[in-house]
Amino acid sequence: MGKLTIGCFSSLVGSLSLDFAVKLSEAAVKKGHKVDLWLSGNAVMLSKKGQKAFRDYSYVQKTVDELIKAGNLQVTACEACAEARGYHKEDTMEGCKRFSMDWYLASCFDADRVLLIGGD
Amino acid sequence: MATTKMGFIIRSLPYKTEASRLALTHAIASQSVEIYLADGDLVEAELFFIGDGVLNCLKKQEAMKHYGNTSIAMHLENALLLDLKVLICKEDVEKFGLAEDMLVMDAESLGGETKAAIVPFSEIQKAMEAVNHLQMC
Repeated sequence: MGKLTIGCFSSLVGSLSLDFAVKLSEAAVKKGHKVDLWLSGNAVMLSKKGQKAFRDYSYVQKTVDELIKAGNLQVTACEACAEARGYHKEDTMEGCKRFSMDWYLASCFDADRVLLIGGD
Repeated sequence: MATTKMGFIIRSLPYKTEASRLALTHAIASQSVEIYLADGDLVEAELFFIGDGVLNCLKKQEAMKHYGNTSIAMHLENALLLDLKVLICKEDVEKFGLAEDMLVMDAESLGGETKAAIVPFSEIQKAMEAVNHLQMC
């Protein structure tokens, strides 16, 4: 099975691009692939704990949590992007990691496919 | 020992979203990626400015004055200082009525030697085909 690295810049709730990245990750993990999901820019908020589900907004934290627990999905947020948004280490959802941007490039290094979902 | 080439295609307007700045900062991060890799393994980043993205290369950006933060031009100079390959689409430069002397083409002020190149899109396409992974920003 392969390794897919997905980078995402898009915001949580404000854009459905991040939902797409999670759904794609879910599909890949269910096929047995390993997925690294890198969150940069506004996307870092996906890894912030304490999100609440409302019927009017998309809510993917539960899916992310389940995929991390099941294995084969690693979610990593850009540390600087998070701190710039007042989102500190203690706010990080269990199972998610925080690193600097070079971590993403290292993940791309041995990925079979890389997909960057940029923009807002 | 292996080298993975990553191409960042920058087509977003400067300052409208964070995308072009993130493309540059991610590309520059290739300089410190070795800490995560085995000895001898490398990631090489290249930057391709196309479409609206060529406006990121304008000189005299006053981001500090207007937004209180570093300019994208400064990041581009840092990328050149670090010898990253930078290609700017000739057709799009012409489309916006720009000229080479209006764009950041080098990092000489920082002591850098690498220069950006304004080239036809066909050359950018060849460069894109030569990398392992493309990132559209």
